[in-house]
Amino acid sequence: MIEGTIMRISGPVIIARGMKGSRMYDVVKVGAENLRGEIIRLEGGEAVIQVYEDTTGLTIGEPVQNTGQPLSVELGPGLLASIYDGVQRPLPVLKEKSGDFIARGIYAPGLDRDKTWEFVPTVTPGATVVAGDVIGTVREFHFEHQILVPHGVSGAVTAIAPGTFRVEDTVCTLDGKTHLSMMQVWPVRIPRPHKKKLDPVLPLITGQRVFDCIFPVTKGGTAMIPGGFGTGKTVSEQTLAKWSDTQIVVYIGCGERGNEMTDVLAEFPELIDPRTKLPLIERTILIANTSNMPVAAREASIYTGITIAEYFRDMGYDVALMADSTSRWGEALREVSGRLEEMPGEEGYPAYLATRLSAFYERAGRVICLGSQERNGSVTVVGAVSPPGGDFSEPITQNTLRVVGTFWALDTNLAYRRHFPSVNWIKSYSLYLDSIGEWYVQHIARDWRDLRERAMYLLQKEVELQEIVQLVGPDALPESEKAILDVTRMIREDFLQQSAYSDTDAFCPVEKQYLMLKVIMEYFENVNVAMGRGVSLRQIQALPHKAAIGRMKEVQDTKELQDLIDEIGSAMRALEVER
Amino acid sequence: MKPVPLVTREYRTIDYVSGPLIFVSNVKGASFGEIVKIRLTSSEERTGQVLDISDEHAVIQVYEGTRGIDTDATTVRFLGEPARINVSLDMLGRVFTGVGKARDGRPDIIPEAVLDIAGTPINPSARDKPADFIQTGMSAIDGLDTLVRGQKLPIFSGAGLPASKLAAQIARQAKVLGEGEEFAVVFVAMGITHKEASFFMRDFERTGALDRVVFFMNLADDPTVERLAAPRCGLTVAEFLAFTHDLHVLVILTDMINYCEALREISTAREEVPGRRGYPGYMYTDLSTIYERAGRLKGRKGSITQIPILTMPDDDITHPVPDLTGYITEGQIVLSRDLFRRGADPPVDALPCLSRLMNLGIGPGKTREDHRGVADQLYASYAYGRDLRRLVAIVGEEALTGLDKQYLKFADSFEKLFISQGDDDRSIEETLTLAWNLFSILPQDELKRIKREHIKKYHPDFAEKPVT
Repeated sequence: MIEGTIMRISGPVIIARGMKGSRMYDVVKVGAENLRGEIIRLEGGEAVIQVYEDTTGLTIGEPVQNTGQPLSVELGPGLLASIYDGVQRPLPVLKEKSGDFIARGIYAPGLDRDKTWEFVPTVTPGATVVAGDVIGTVREFHFEHQILVPHGVSGAVTAIAPGTFRVEDTVCTLDGKTHLSMMQVWPVRIPRPHKKKLDPVLPLITGQRVFDCIFPVTKGGTAMIPGGFGTGKTVSEQTLAKWSDTQIVVYIGCGERGNEMTDVLAEFPELIDPRTKLPLIERTILIANTSNMPVAAREASIYTGITIAEYFRDMGYDVALMADSTSRWGEALREVSGRLEEMPGEEGYPAYLATRLSAFYERAGRVICLGSQERNGSVTVVGAVSPPGGDFSEPITQNTLRVVGTFWALDTNLAYRRHFPSVNWIKSYSLYLDSIGEWYVQHIARDWRDLRERAMYLLQKEVELQEIVQLVGPDALPESEKAILDVTRMIREDFLQQSAYSDTDAFCPVEKQYLMLKVIMEYFENVNVAMGRGVSLRQIQALPHKAAIGRMKEVQDTKELQDLIDEIGSAMRALEVER
Repeated sequence: MKPVPLVTREYRTIDYVSGPLIFVSNVKGASFGEIVKIRLTSSEERTGQVLDISDEHAVIQVYEGTRGIDTDATTVRFLGEPARINVSLDMLGRVFTGVGKARDGRPDIIPEAVLDIAGTPINPSARDKPADFIQTGMSAIDGLDTLVRGQKLPIFSGAGLPASKLAAQIARQAKVLGEGEEFAVVFVAMGITHKEASFFMRDFERTGALDRVVFFMNLADDPTVERLAAPRCGLTVAEFLAFTHDLHVLVILTDMINYCEALREISTAREEVPGRRGYPGYMYTDLSTIYERAGRLKGRKGSITQIPILTMPDDDITHPVPDLTGYITEGQIVLSRDLFRRGADPPVDALPCLSRLMNLGIGPGKTREDHRGVADQLYASYAYGRDLRRLVAIVGEEALTGLDKQYLKFADSFEKLFISQGDDDRSIEETLTLAWNLFSILPQDELKRIKREHIKKYHPDFAEKPVT
């Protein structure tokens, strides 16, 4: 065991001497209180260590012990519905140990050692298994938690039996010598292996119209949500965590507010998944490193989260990972880098920021899992970004833009007028439209893409028309263009806007989304035809259907929307040209 | 924390003084963050804190400034403990310096406890969800951006705007409906002028609230570094009052910009790599250790609600201090110079304002069922009206449609009648009624954000006409 002594302390960073033989990213125990830290630089016998806890009270000369292990997480039954800090310490256990405030130097394992689980084998003695194969299942709430053969292990099963076990107990023996338990340990900074990456072709359905219909993201894709403060990043992330059609959600509160985590903790047990009718908390894992918790653990929280997400992916499940906010993670990198007196890059961020960001986002994806059984799993990553001053030209936004597939740009001006989700339809984009087109044709309708393109065209047209209106006033526009403004207002207010707090509209099924858009676009078609016949815009505006479109969000029965399309058509045709 | 050693260690090895920092060499056994006492040749004693230690030297920030410190005879004594403050229920009604010494000429308090001012983070799973609506009596806040017990809601002000008046009015009027209990106030002044401080003092005196207030005063001519300790002292006392004595505490911190200036001063003196506008890269983390000390805890009765005030330099909301604050706090109340000039009191600019916890404190049983819809509708209609004003400036009011003219009227009335209220203390019912009266300016079909049943129930058009 390598043991050195502290020679310098500067905030969350300490330098220890006598550490020769240590490896990068080894976990160390610092000082008499055994604070956990991680080696982030080696200079001869000196090791630079970022400490995951507050360093107040440490003195020069205190011991530093290298554990020889990289920072790892424990994976196995008991993860679901947990809330962890950035280095996978379960917060409720810390509360039992140290009260309402987090004291230092407390250690608690990520998985409860004493809790027992009902193990059901899926292989029989004599079977040959390889890494990634399922040897049994455990029911965790209603979720089927699969027990996998760890990476690098294979052999013939010599003993396996159903029963009640703790996570560390042996449940299976291979070749009479390798004992497998239900728990695996995996270093967080190394991606978990898979057989092959697949192209993302399935959309992630979120029940949010602007996300599903306009700027979709795929299962295994990546998306970013940048926006100034108050634009609704957190609400968007939480909405996605609530309604995404994945079996597992990992929610990382990275350097954000404590009350927000409380909100999730209080709300999720009560919310019901619209698809499975089970409480949402049963599929959720929370990682909470609030802004006032130690900065080095914030840096680690992102990796802790994605490793857990990959673990569930390897069982063949779809996982959505929400990281709120990756800017705080980048700032943690910057803070540690500053303490190391590294040469700063743009805005003080370290030069390796882009590398770290892209390495993180590339851990997303839809894959063929390891193992001899054929399984596909996916990890979708949605990262919130908090650009200073809402300025998207800053390094984290720009570097993230280069690697993500969907860009949901939140707009302060939309947020000011309470247009939520405040996704700016002009700036945002999705690169997945082509790859998921097939799915929409098969599951929703042939003309989805066409409707979307036409709506987007009108919204773009609106921007141009608004410029004219700003100069000469709305009266100067021809009737046909006034009609466009009418319809774009409908698209914005009656389709894109969606309240996360509404009891009827917080989740909107894709079929209904499609019909809502269809109603508006059919309305526009009919307006054009009618005006072509010489009907005036005033006559059209007098029809009651505009108000009916305004109430579409509250409609529960999609049949009503179908009927609305027909009614609009016949009402418009019935309009007589005024002489 | 290690036990305090019996032998005190005194050093006379200051070899470098820069700004508020001193560098002491050959220090043995000093701990990070500990407090030191510095004795000058004039036998004056000052207090400092260890910021950085290595084999060669310890870097110490001196709270009272470094004037008069020499590199020869000045001695530095390490106390082996972090910055602490004596706390007691008797602090209510007293005035202290930024580091917690009595400032009102009365004797020191008898401590019930001695606490570390840095505090420790609240375990997120120990937090209780803020849920109690605080009625501030201000329509702009109650109606649009409701304050909830345990929230941190800053006021973003500009130089010369009446943020202090607003804060004092909130402190005076704030109450939780159905509870007679009043808030205890911890007031932390950081680098504000004597005049501003005495405004608050007089206001509390006038309303008889003085004996519910703990003052921490670091005025403009007091040592800068003390400003870094002042909010932490205040919040330590607030935590003690809230979680030991079950009080509901309202913490007013003014002015955060001065705090950040002090932080920048220290950072520059340490020659750290600067972030935006010279502020240190860790300012977000540092500010969060102040703001995050608001909230409620499960199983405890008390709560801490924070109202920090900060002056945006040049009214710029993207300046690093308001920007980082907005990213940590749960919303913001923004004052506008434009409205102020037009005589609005308070000059709250509704559009950039936000309360993130609003939904937890409103609705049936808390305020009223129509509150969410009403607030959304007010926002949407006012925002549209504001856009039209810009248009009118170019093309004139005649070019507008009839509907647009109604919106314009709505925006004007909204500012005059709803936002502006002077010294009135409005109940939430009054605020909502006022909003419904404003809605009658607009056609009913335009009220898309409100549920139909609520329109039927509350819209003045449906109100029962008195039988004549």
